[in-house]
Amino acid sequence: MGESPVRSGKPRGNLPPLELYVPEPKYRPGDKVDYSELDIPEPGELARPDEACAASETWPLTTDMIRVLGDDDKAVGPWNPNLDPESLRRMLRNMALTRAFDDRMYRGQRQGKTSFYMKCTGEEAISVACALALAGDDMVFPSYRQQGILISRGYPLVDMINQIYSNRADRLKGRQLPIMYSARDYGFFTISGNLATQFPQAVGWAMASAIKGDTRIATSFIGEGSSAEGDFHAAMTFAAVYNAPVVLNVVNNQWAISSFSGFAGAERTTFAARAAGYGIAGLRVDGNDALAVYAAMEWAANRARGNLGPTLIEHFTYRAEGHSTSDDPSAYRSAHEREEWPLGDPIMRLRNHLIAIGEWSEDRHADMDRELAEEVKAATKEAEKNGILGHGLHHPFHTMFEDVFEELPWHLDEQAEQAIRERQMKWPEWKE
Amino acid sequence: MLEEEAVSLHDAPTRSLNMIEAINEALDVMMARDPDVVILGEDVGYFGGVFRATAGLQGKYGKNRVFDSPINECGIIGAAVGMAAYGLRPVPEIQFADYIYPGLDQLVSEAARLRYRSAGEFVAPITVRSPFGGGIFGGQTHSQSPEALFTHVAGLKTVIPSTPHDAKGLLIAAIEDNDPVIFFEPKRIYNGPFDGYYDNPSKSWKNHAGGKVPEGYYSIPLGKARVVREGAAMTVLAYGTMIHVVEAVLAEKGVDAEIIDLRTLVPLDIETVQKSVEKTGKCLIVHEATRTSGFGAELSALVQERCFYHLEAPIERVTGFDTPYPHSLEWAYFPGPVRIGEAVDRLMKD
Ligand SMILES: Cc1ncc(C[n+]2csc(CCOP(=O)(O)OP(=O)(O)O)c2C)c(N)n1
Repeated sequence: MGESPVRSGKPRGNLPPLELYVPEPKYRPGDKVDYSELDIPEPGELARPDEACAASETWPLTTDMIRVLGDDDKAVGPWNPNLDPESLRRMLRNMALTRAFDDRMYRGQRQGKTSFYMKCTGEEAISVACALALAGDDMVFPSYRQQGILISRGYPLVDMINQIYSNRADRLKGRQLPIMYSARDYGFFTISGNLATQFPQAVGWAMASAIKGDTRIATSFIGEGSSAEGDFHAAMTFAAVYNAPVVLNVVNNQWAISSFSGFAGAERTTFAARAAGYGIAGLRVDGNDALAVYAAMEWAANRARGNLGPTLIEHFTYRAEGHSTSDDPSAYRSAHEREEWPLGDPIMRLRNHLIAIGEWSEDRHADMDRELAEEVKAATKEAEKNGILGHGLHHPFHTMFEDVFEELPWHLDEQAEQAIRERQMKWPEWKE
Repeated sequence: MLEEEAVSLHDAPTRSLNMIEAINEALDVMMARDPDVVILGEDVGYFGGVFRATAGLQGKYGKNRVFDSPINECGIIGAAVGMAAYGLRPVPEIQFADYIYPGLDQLVSEAARLRYRSAGEFVAPITVRSPFGGGIFGGQTHSQSPEALFTHVAGLKTVIPSTPHDAKGLLIAAIEDNDPVIFFEPKRIYNGPFDGYYDNPSKSWKNHAGGKVPEGYYSIPLGKARVVREGAAMTVLAYGTMIHVVEAVLAEKGVDAEIIDLRTLVPLDIETVQKSVEKTGKCLIVHEATRTSGFGAELSALVQERCFYHLEAPIERVTGFDTPYPHSLEWAYFPGPVRIGEAVDRLMKD
């Protein structure tokens, strides 16, 4: 075939040749990190519009950042939720428990007790503060880093660990990847491995709640990397069109496995700013500031509950650890990023705040950490009685064929018989 | 359920309806019976759908239960999954089966597996309705038959009616079913049966037994095939539009074939299929979809596995070609009387 003039690439006249731009993160392993370009506003400076305001009034809040806790550990400004010390301590405890749980499960994976684990280190404020700002029966469509919500809602740790070990007590019958919990009674939707699918589903749930004249709202969480999926835009469109009582959260932890946030469009605008194009209210919040997160979710939840429409919240944070136990972040990013992250550690910030207002002490904190480590250890022991992954104690073979449909059709019945026949040949000692 | 079907079929007065009217009635019946049934999709509300299948329902049940959606199939099916998780029974319409692909992930990865992955905590009683198949000069983007794709997915049921009577009863059963169902409507026969001779004048459901539709509620269980006609010379397995084409061809040839309308592909009524092939010893499979990896391949494998010693001739498959649906050559593509006739002759020779 002859060369098409369109494809020849010959420059026309004096036009400059076009160039493809491929984003590149600022720092790679070994690089010194400089965060001075990051715009981090003083806490307490942003106005808090009425929850009934027009979506367009939130524009300044989508390009700036809502912060409450200052470097002096004081809570300031109109977004200060003014929580009582008891609530603050509960928040701190749930965050610390989430971290203790993560640490233990991470070690469990390293010890071969399960195949896989995902920590949310550095992001504990987001799930825990959101859980406390929501009603207990509001529906959550989570991604895989909101274990703090289950923990805050009092879901038994033993059940979480049973799921992670895929053992015979796993409520999900050993079918899901570890950490992909489902807890209907706790308003926690079954987690999908297909990113972003939960976003339009949350909107659908919220629409159903509105159809039924219910008072419950829905919320969903997505990573900034996943916000590039079509499902994100489907969800935003549906949420806007039907004024759905939903709060959509983008957890911007800067990294999607090894891809920095620029590959989801972060170099062009903030994630919160995307709300504007849909006519949805948007908030951008310091995700390491538990009080700011609480205040933003409370604002958005009130708005949704008042039939005033959906909100998109961007939680600006940092994924302190690897993506999962299968990931080594030192291969693609600078270690200094974590060390120098200017928004600090969410647990330390809340702890210091409580100490600053005279409601907490370093000793009490150390005691609590010890106690939580013990609590997790005891739960782990308890769960191990039901088996760990690959050590034989799992659900009966027949369960593999159940729940594909409500009733077992003939072809699955035949296949179940085959699996059981094979089992008798492969493991004659087997009893179930 | 069978008893209830028999009772209401016996008692209820029947009228002649076309398939659109029958589908509309099924939706109406279910919306009246169950306040959790909601309908969403492009143009389904005020206008009643481009094929008018949802006509009048918004006026009757309100915008809370029948509403238009953005042109976003991922959103339509994704939202339906969320609604089902809440406790509703959404019946989303995908305007043409060809446009199901943007929503495919929500169907295949989400709806289909919700029960399994949550060990029954969340279920997806969703019925996705969608017109499919060619023969209306719809070109390659309004003619496809993607049913095999869905039969390959664990957790989805696939239903295809071939008459107004079945369309109503099967759709009611699909909506009542607690699993996600893909309900493909053969749009070529919405308004009347089709014998495969595209230049013959259109026929009407008025003169067809399948166009007699009982009033009110009745359901036809999923997973039960219909023996359209008993016969001894061969078994023909088909569904949707092809049932009528096959009937016409066999009548013309005077072949005493047994015709089985599968009605649901998953779950499949293997018993009826097996019994028939064991009796006749010959099997012809007909579908409009492309040949390679089509549902005919699955049927052929099943028949071979189960009826091998009864077979007196190789199993024959008549299908569309492995090309997109060509607009101007639609009738060259369509597996009509000539292609079916040749296969019938081959089987009769053996
Ligand atoms: C549809 C889909 N594509 C790709 C993947 C593989 N994958 C799993 S996690 C991940 C990165 C997600 O990053 P982000 O959304 O930013 O969330 P984070 O892990 O940072 O919390 C990818 C690409 C997937 N699970 N699903």
